[in-house]
Amino acid sequence: MDSKSIKNLCKLACKIRIGILESVFSAQSGHPGGSLSVADLLAYLYSKELKVNPKKPKDPNRDRLVLSKGHAAPALYSTLAHMGFFELSDLKTLRKLGSHLQGHPSMKSTPGVDMTTGSLGQGISAACGMALGAKLNNLNSRVYCILGDGEIEEGQVWEASMFASHYNLNNLCLFIDNNSLQIDGSIQEVAGLSNIPEKFSSFGFNVLEIDGHNFEQIDNAVNQAKNYKSKPSAIIMKTSKGKCVSYMENNVSWHGAAPNKEQFDIAKEELLNALSKLED
Amino acid sequence: MSKIVKKATRESFGEALVEVAKLNNDVVVLDADLAAATKTQIFKNAFPDRFFDCGISECNMIGVGAGLSTMGKIPFVASFAMFSAGRGFEQIRNSIAYPNLNVKIAGSHAGISVGEDGATHQCCEDIALMRSIPNMSILNPCDHYEMQEAVKYASVHKGPMYIRLGRLAIESVNNNDDYKFEFGKGIQLKGGADITLIATGLPVRATLSAADLLKKDGIDARVINIHTIKPIDKDIILKAATETNQIFTIEEHNIIGGLGEAVCSVVCENHPIKVTRIGINDQFGQSGSANELLKYYKLDADGIYETIKNNL
Repeated sequence: MDSKSIKNLCKLACKIRIGILESVFSAQSGHPGGSLSVADLLAYLYSKELKVNPKKPKDPNRDRLVLSKGHAAPALYSTLAHMGFFELSDLKTLRKLGSHLQGHPSMKSTPGVDMTTGSLGQGISAACGMALGAKLNNLNSRVYCILGDGEIEEGQVWEASMFASHYNLNNLCLFIDNNSLQIDGSIQEVAGLSNIPEKFSSFGFNVLEIDGHNFEQIDNAVNQAKNYKSKPSAIIMKTSKGKCVSYMENNVSWHGAAPNKEQFDIAKEELLNALSKLED
Repeated sequence: MSKIVKKATRESFGEALVEVAKLNNDVVVLDADLAAATKTQIFKNAFPDRFFDCGISECNMIGVGAGLSTMGKIPFVASFAMFSAGRGFEQIRNSIAYPNLNVKIAGSHAGISVGEDGATHQCCEDIALMRSIPNMSILNPCDHYEMQEAVKYASVHKGPMYIRLGRLAIESVNNNDDYKFEFGKGIQLKGGADITLIATGLPVRATLSAADLLKKDGIDARVINIHTIKPIDKDIILKAATETNQIFTIEEHNIIGGLGEAVCSVVCENHPIKVTRIGINDQFGQSGSANELLKYYKLDADGIYETIKNNL
């Protein structure tokens, strides 16, 4: 990728993060930490990789994205709004009565949401079904599925991983958002979770390890995964929870808390400053 | 008249899947290492490329079914009722019913007539679980002929549906040539003016026999077969409530949350008369042969007759 493309991705990611903050602030609830950690990935996927059309969000030939860590809905919504699936102004209706932006992604409510998720461990199974369905329908569609690292403590993730490997779903690519934090603390403290790459490798995945905030690495990994035909792929992304908001970064207390006005203003200023530097 | 067939509804289910798959290329079947028992093996043998064994991973199987349905497939996902409706409850609720996806969930070996495997495998709670989920429809066919029609219907119905299957071979009751399966409609098998017996699934046959025993005592019992538990047929129930003096419900399921309570809701809210629920009385099953168990839990003809006589 050239430097201009990277700069544009940085700008989009910054705008997505502002949308996350604005929607969570407006809702006074939601999950900013894990939304900010996947903002770069979503910026990349929607602007560079996914074959999707905001004007035809149900096109059967499209690629699919399943946000298995559904609590990062603000990141998905902000991305979809920036890509033109719906109005940016809708973001402020997040979690409000009657809004199409439910607390967790709902495919029947929001244009561009491919699967209803939120109960951890379930999105990956649906993604397997989509990948299998694409093969049965002779479609070239690829299926991307984003999981939290805490989420992989769910046994269903490993049931699905076995399935993906057994049926050689090479059109499926997982991303593990390895920000190392979950609600009750670090993944190591809470559940002794470690050796994530080895786990996916032993379940039959082509495993790639990258910095989830580095667009070149994301780009390389996604393309390597696409060209790898004998296994499904799992891209383990080292990320920072709360990325790009100084007081939220790597701070687990921002897993599921909304900023107050003062905190929101600080966060927005930081992000606007970052954006204006990119605009120079 | 069609001939009387003695067959387990799981077997009729497996056969019917083959028939609907011939008509619709989108029908696919998933199982969780129980194809030989749920009889999806019959489908597997006919359409190996459209059958996917998920291994002993019911929760994943249900989610894979959800994903396949978003690609336009019509997945039938099958396991024992205990493991599809039971273990997979939350996956069914959140990944299938909430997004209203077109997945058919089969629960085989339902009720106590599983027999020797005992209480861990005798699911008497599946109907209660499935009834409580919005968007879910529930079919509980009582014999071979009804299961054939139910599967045909399920393949064209849009939306989540639970189909209950039994392990034990039972004699058919719907042998009449004018038998017609209508989703959401109960079937009056026998007219009667004194009381009404409303049964579902396996005990429908025994309920008809119980009605014959009651006749000898001068009690004229109407018998209704309910194959669609949700949505329940309010009209046929209210007609019975207004035209007869008492209603008995008969099901191979906990009396909590099943057909009996569905009937009670309709009757209580519209035309209160006495309803007595016959089924498993909020207890776990145990090992034994299916017929011994049906007798022990008073779900055979004599047991049903006796409970009715004691509660008139």
